[in-house]
Amino acid sequence: MKAPVFDFTRALSVADAVALLADTARFTKPLAGGQSLGPMLNLRVAFPEHLIGVRQIESLRQAFIDPANGDLVLGAAVPHAQIEDGLIPDVTQGLLAHVAANIAYRAVRNRGTVGGSLAHADPAADWVNTMPLLGARMVAVGLAGEREIDARTFMTGPFTTALDEHELLVAVRVPALGKNARWGYVKFCRKPGEFAEAVGGVLIDRARGIGRLVMGATDGAPIVLEESAERVRAASSDSAVAAHWTDARLSAAIDAAGIGHDPYSAQLHLTMARRAIAVALA
Amino acid sequence: MTPILPAYSLMDHDIARARPLPTTGVGASLQRKEDRRFLAGEGEFVGNIKLPGMLHVAFARSAVAHGRILAVHKPAGFEDAVFTMADLEAGSPPVGPIRVLSSLPGFKPSSQWPLARDKVRQVGEPIAMCVAASRAEAEDIADAVVADIEDLPAVVDMLEARDAPPALVHEEWGDNIFLETLVEGGLKGDAFEALKRGAAVKVHRRLRTARQSMAPMEGRGVVCSWNTRLDQLEMHTAAQMPHINRAGLSETLGIDQASIRVIAPDVGGGFGYKGILLPEEICLAWLTRHIGRPVKWIEDRREQLIANTNCREHHYDITVYADARGRLLAIDCDSVIDSGAYSSYPFSACLEAAQVGSILPGPYKMEAFRCRTWSVSTNKPPILPYRGVARAGVCFAIETMVDAAARAAGVEPHEARLASLIEADEMPYDNITRKHFDSGDYPEAIRRAMQAIDLPRWRARQGAAEPDGRLIGVGHAVFCEQAAHGTSVYYGWGIPMVPGHEQCGARMTPDGRLELRIGAQSHGQSLETTLAQVANEILGIDPDHVRLVHGDTGMTPYSTGTWGSRSMVMSGGAVAEACALMVERVRDIAAHLFQVPLDQVMLAQGRVSDRAGGHSLTLAELAHVWYRQPQRLPPGVNPAGLEVIGGYKARVDTGTFSYACHAVAVAVDPGTGAVELLDYVIVEDAGTLVNPMVVDGQIYGGTAQGIGTALFEEMRYDSQGQPLASTLADYMLPGATEVPAPRIIHMETPSPYTTFGQKGMGEGGAIAPGAAIANAVNDALRPLGAELTELPMSPRRVMAAIAASRAGGVIGSPHAAKGQAA
Ligand SMILES: Cc1cc2nc3c(=O)[nH]c(=O)nc-3n(C[C@H](O)[C@H](O)[C@H](O)COP(=O)(O)OP(=O)(O)OC[C@H]3O[C@@H](n4cnc5c(N)ncnc54)[C@H](O)[C@@H]3O)c2cc1C
Repeated sequence: MKAPVFDFTRALSVADAVALLADTARFTKPLAGGQSLGPMLNLRVAFPEHLIGVRQIESLRQAFIDPANGDLVLGAAVPHAQIEDGLIPDVTQGLLAHVAANIAYRAVRNRGTVGGSLAHADPAADWVNTMPLLGARMVAVGLAGEREIDARTFMTGPFTTALDEHELLVAVRVPALGKNARWGYVKFCRKPGEFAEAVGGVLIDRARGIGRLVMGATDGAPIVLEESAERVRAASSDSAVAAHWTDARLSAAIDAAGIGHDPYSAQLHLTMARRAIAVALA
Repeated sequence: MTPILPAYSLMDHDIARARPLPTTGVGASLQRKEDRRFLAGEGEFVGNIKLPGMLHVAFARSAVAHGRILAVHKPAGFEDAVFTMADLEAGSPPVGPIRVLSSLPGFKPSSQWPLARDKVRQVGEPIAMCVAASRAEAEDIADAVVADIEDLPAVVDMLEARDAPPALVHEEWGDNIFLETLVEGGLKGDAFEALKRGAAVKVHRRLRTARQSMAPMEGRGVVCSWNTRLDQLEMHTAAQMPHINRAGLSETLGIDQASIRVIAPDVGGGFGYKGILLPEEICLAWLTRHIGRPVKWIEDRREQLIANTNCREHHYDITVYADARGRLLAIDCDSVIDSGAYSSYPFSACLEAAQVGSILPGPYKMEAFRCRTWSVSTNKPPILPYRGVARAGVCFAIETMVDAAARAAGVEPHEARLASLIEADEMPYDNITRKHFDSGDYPEAIRRAMQAIDLPRWRARQGAAEPDGRLIGVGHAVFCEQAAHGTSVYYGWGIPMVPGHEQCGARMTPDGRLELRIGAQSHGQSLETTLAQVANEILGIDPDHVRLVHGDTGMTPYSTGTWGSRSMVMSGGAVAEACALMVERVRDIAAHLFQVPLDQVMLAQGRVSDRAGGHSLTLAELAHVWYRQPQRLPPGVNPAGLEVIGGYKARVDTGTFSYACHAVAVAVDPGTGAVELLDYVIVEDAGTLVNPMVVDGQIYGGTAQGIGTALFEEMRYDSQGQPLASTLADYMLPGATEVPAPRIIHMETPSPYTTFGQKGMGEGGAIAPGAAIANAVNDALRPLGAELTELPMSPRRVMAAIAASRAGGVIGSPHAAKGQAA
């Protein structure tokens, strides 16, 4: 369990990092907190030849509110612990802090980063499920420049994303929630700190026309059930929005995602979704 | 041998607590001496040892479970850094295989080559040893070793291995069975059949316990060098039985035992995992001599999980007969144990199954008993006796069956138990398999446990629905823990290790301190503290003035080491004997110095004095005279001095019987299958407690491991024999958030056969949780008609049992027969 040989370069700017990542002669990868990549190196399941350290890039460590639209711009190298501790502006009525506080253990949260977690794209991890729930957008920079990717299409499969292999994830844009928005986020883990076996997330923000339910820790990208904005706005109450998420609809979505063949997993996902709804409505 | 001290009088715990508590000797909750270095991070484990010029070893291991080795290719340029079995066999003398025999009739031994030869029989089996300046570089070389292996079908499931094997693990056997045994007692033949027909209650189940991986915090590790001055191999190894390792090394390497010194430095937990001669130890011993450099191999967690030994995979096809009140009448059982690929040194592949047959009746009386066992060989790592050995599985089997019988009879489970247990006034008692119970009051333990858990409170809570929809259950289990088994128990198995007489060497230093040398090894048992308490009890010496020397074959008397909860009984007895001899030496010297008759000299609180009160010396003053001022000693004084060897063997050596009742309340979430432990009570009787705090620590740690057995731990394999957990993210261990603080209540029924009435108790905590928690979970699921029959009770199994009951009320988990579910 010792890592194979690799070179390491610390990047100090996005431009630096992007230039280094463009190297096609060597298998090159960014290294953020190392909480996922580190074990993969030690277990010798990943053999990158050149690692580019991105944690020291100042702009990746920033989190601020974009005055233009009120979005939270969350730098990719912000560690989970900083979010847990409320050290970034809160536009999600505590959802980000709640999620952060329940990732792994404190030692992992001290080093593990939002961007690393999203780029790693483990279906059982938390940010890959939270960001689609919030309708966030990923900001990526490559040699061709900057682009935004909707969180709901960012993850393309287990451990795969829409990022080009030479692109750097620099930030996540999280839209601000309305005053009366309500959310629920629950997960089932064998032990606190373990990866989830099922995740349920619900967001109801009638003022902004959002009624969204996420079922995560699937075999790939999370299942997102999105109510139409008109329907949400027309609903008389949050419960009326949630009433659309019947067991039959949820189960059909679970089946469509291919989890249905395992009745235990299907049941867990249904249970977590129901409990997330209950938390949101409580 | 008669005990040196008057047997301690029987004391009830409550009465015992009414006396003033001792502060230093037997019975004192003395703080652990060893914690000073451990808490300061100043211990020395194998991993800390660095020798000048030391090289590092990594092993190329088999990626397949079963196959024929056609060729092993050393990477070009590294021919001198890679060694295969052919190299080890080419030496003089050639290195031989590990071959562990048992004299039990029909036992088939296996040959385990330290590096695979001809065949590989499990994933992770070492094929080549690679040496380099660092571990990482050694791993690079190991990755480049190529083994051409012709795949053979993997033998994965133990029942299939016995009944319809896809292949033979050891072709020369003709089947996959190490050993088959039959244990019978009480009524036989027609009389047994008549009992079966007449029994009011008959319950039958197929039960299964998962294969587990033992997970001490520190894994295995070896550092060795060849000392040319002494012409001796010096091996530091994380081991619990250094003298046994030395014997095994001598036998496989073909060098005499005096040319080998095995040192177990600080060892971070053993639990049975370190009670084995490792192939890696043999390899490194050969290597250091071959290349003339010190070498080091530290097992990493992946090797621990996939390559090295496992434990505890049992299957029971069991029928229990009871009367209308749930009183046990008979047990009829077929049990299969998955012993894995090889018979390990020294415990062999027969120990676990042979134990199952003889200990299945537990502390119960019955009229007939029959148990047939099979130790089968599969393409998985060998199993070793893990804390609680066969008993955790046996306790799960018998105790879930007693509960099932109680449910069938319509009585509370504790009533069924009280009707069947050996009573206090029947002790000592020889049970149906001729196990000799030394003492104890089992029914009282159950009564106290029921009181402490407050059964009516939980029954009332079950009557009202929980606001969160969870189901409440309460259950318990009782067990006996035979410990410190002696010669009479072990010789019959005819394995390389039979415990006999235990010795302690005691030496008083010139400044009056005491050195104790014992052959057992302390790796969490706190022997440095508790044996100092024994010395204090007899010599009156301050425990801080006692130094324990252990874990070093060069310094200590031979011993089979630390296993089977034996050290406090055996080493404790030997230390007491040695100290009693030392008392006599001290008194003899004092009598000469004081010029008074011997019977006028007494030793109390670390001072010798004459009864008249004229003379008095501390031990330090007396030692000073003996060593530094011999001119003051008159002729006639015993020249043997202040160095003694004391030996011990229990008067009756069939072992002590600690026991306990674990009672637990649970909440089961029917939406996820999660089980939460709401309350946990342990009523434990380990006889005289030498250090109650240390005893509690042993119970807590064991119980945490038992909770792992009950709810989490499971080493799974796919149909090709590939292990499905190679990190602790997949092999789930209980942690701080999963282990409640059990409430411990002590009873103290001293053993009539040991020095102070102490009983071995190091394993008990790990035995009962699987059974107690299963009974509580099944109690909770009873309204749904669901029942679990397999450990661990993972959420998946709980949900499967609920689904099965909905689908048609089939009792038990659908996985019980094959056991591949998580
Ligand atoms: C014991 C343990 C338990 C855990 N439990 C949980 C849990 O419950 N929930 C959860 O969500 N997570 C969990 N994790 C994962 C943890 O959150 C990690 O922090 C996270 O997955 C990776 O973040 P990192 O910064 O360490 O990334 P790294 O390990 O450094 O990198 C991960 C991957 O992302 C790539 N990468 C990193 N940064 C960028 C970037 N800016 N642009 C593009 N690619 C990038 C790397 O090349 C690599 O492929 C756990 C981890 C451990 C060790």
